[in-house]
Amino acid sequence: MMMHIDLGTVLRGSVCDLYSNLVTRPTGAAVRSAIERQVQEIGAPIVTTIDFSQVQLLDFSCADEIVAKLLLRYSDVDGPRGYLTVRGLSDSHLDPIESVLERHGLALVSWHQGEAELFGHVDDDERTHWEVVRDHGPVTTATVASILSMDEDRTGAQLTRLAGRRLIMPRDGGYTVPGSVRGTT
Amino acid sequence: MTAVISLPASLDEHTFEQVFADLAAIPAGSKVLVDGRKVRWASPFGLTALLCLPQSRPDDTMTFALPELHDTLSYWQRAGFVHHAASVYELLGEVPRQRAEHERNVLLEVTPITESDDVHAVVGRIQQKAADILHGQLHLDAAVTGAFGMTLSEACQNIVEHAGTGGWVAVQTYNYAKTLGRRVVQIAVCDAGVGFRRSLESTPAHRRSDRWGDATALEDAVVRAHSRFRHGDAGRGQGLAGIRRFIGRWNGKMSVRSGTARIVIAQGWDDDAPMTEGLAAFPGAQMQILIPERLESEVPARPRGAAASARGRGTR
Repeated sequence: MMMHIDLGTVLRGSVCDLYSNLVTRPTGAAVRSAIERQVQEIGAPIVTTIDFSQVQLLDFSCADEIVAKLLLRYSDVDGPRGYLTVRGLSDSHLDPIESVLERHGLALVSWHQGEAELFGHVDDDERTHWEVVRDHGPVTTATVASILSMDEDRTGAQLTRLAGRRLIMPRDGGYTVPGSVRGTT
Repeated sequence: MTAVISLPASLDEHTFEQVFADLAAIPAGSKVLVDGRKVRWASPFGLTALLCLPQSRPDDTMTFALPELHDTLSYWQRAGFVHHAASVYELLGEVPRQRAEHERNVLLEVTPITESDDVHAVVGRIQQKAADILHGQLHLDAAVTGAFGMTLSEACQNIVEHAGTGGWVAVQTYNYAKTLGRRVVQIAVCDAGVGFRRSLESTPAHRRSDRWGDATALEDAVVRAHSRFRHGDAGRGQGLAGIRRFIGRWNGKMSVRSGTARIVIAQGWDDDAPMTEGLAAFPGAQMQILIPERLESEVPARPRGAAASARGRGTR
């Protein structure tokens, strides 16, 4: 099950009708709480996508309160199950989001014009594996290893690590990027 | 007896040091006349810092003599200074009738900041005008508008989260002829609250050392992104770090004065000292952010789609 949350609607519904910018920590905390309530009410969807399309301005404080703290909750053993992705990021959103991801050692899958992007704290090897999964998923460990001309055990360990970071998800005996509809009918 | 502080003809972050020094020499509980009659020009820093003087000395009775020069006074009125000065000073001098005239150099009039809602209000108010001025007048590329709003938001939030009192913000463009020979936009955010040293001292993790003081507190906050909220929340302290990146990207300058020290983060065009210590004590934090105009000859040719192709490519 996929869940789409429009941040502009959450902002106006949970904080103030008049606001169109995601700025200040109290605003970010209020929006995050509203998102967590929605996710809880619907019963842990497999993929939750936070949509930034209606957000004009995002500052570091809000990026930290919303993006980083939600991702930290998802990486917590007691946190929500499933996967968190974002869409609708404009170039002006990238600086605060990448900054807070780096600060916390987090990474995030973002959907932009139908393509998945990977932002945040990832090394070259992680990124290479992730891109193969993005481009070929659902894809098995053996196929990824073959494409990268790598040892299957090493590839398996890397994919397990990416899955643990919830940057890829298991599907059809292999892996795919969360939010991807490719390969499904 | 009334102590008099005579303001210089030009009031900016450097000339204001004499004002801080004069005030520091006056005993608490005095009657003070801040004499602005000869002032011809003030930067946003000058205007917002002037409003902090009475807030820093609640036991004093402060009077402000308005500029004699009609153009200066009229500009200060349109920039919102006179209205707010009347709330913190007793004013001397004739206040001209307010004209509902648009001031093209003022991005944001002098505005009080006391709570988070004020930050939303100022960020919302400047957006369209910021795009017109930064892109249209200063020839900065369109991406500057979002980053500028973010910087303004983070600078103002420092007041809400750390000052413990209200503060003031103003944003204006002007010709920075002497140092740079081109137009600049300046954000000034000033308060007379707790200041960086005392804010950081309130953290459970704080350990005093022989070196500890206003200068080291500024280094910790501005350079090392420490925050009194860092304890238990690793996400804190990113606002000033973000402002520093903004300064670097747009060839700007940032200075923060707190207590008896002042730190400067600047590009090659500015020869201000990176750190100045032993200044006259003044409470709170006074921040100035300066972004210069970009000349047509400096606009880089950029291939189409360059930004889009770089998205999501960061590595560690």
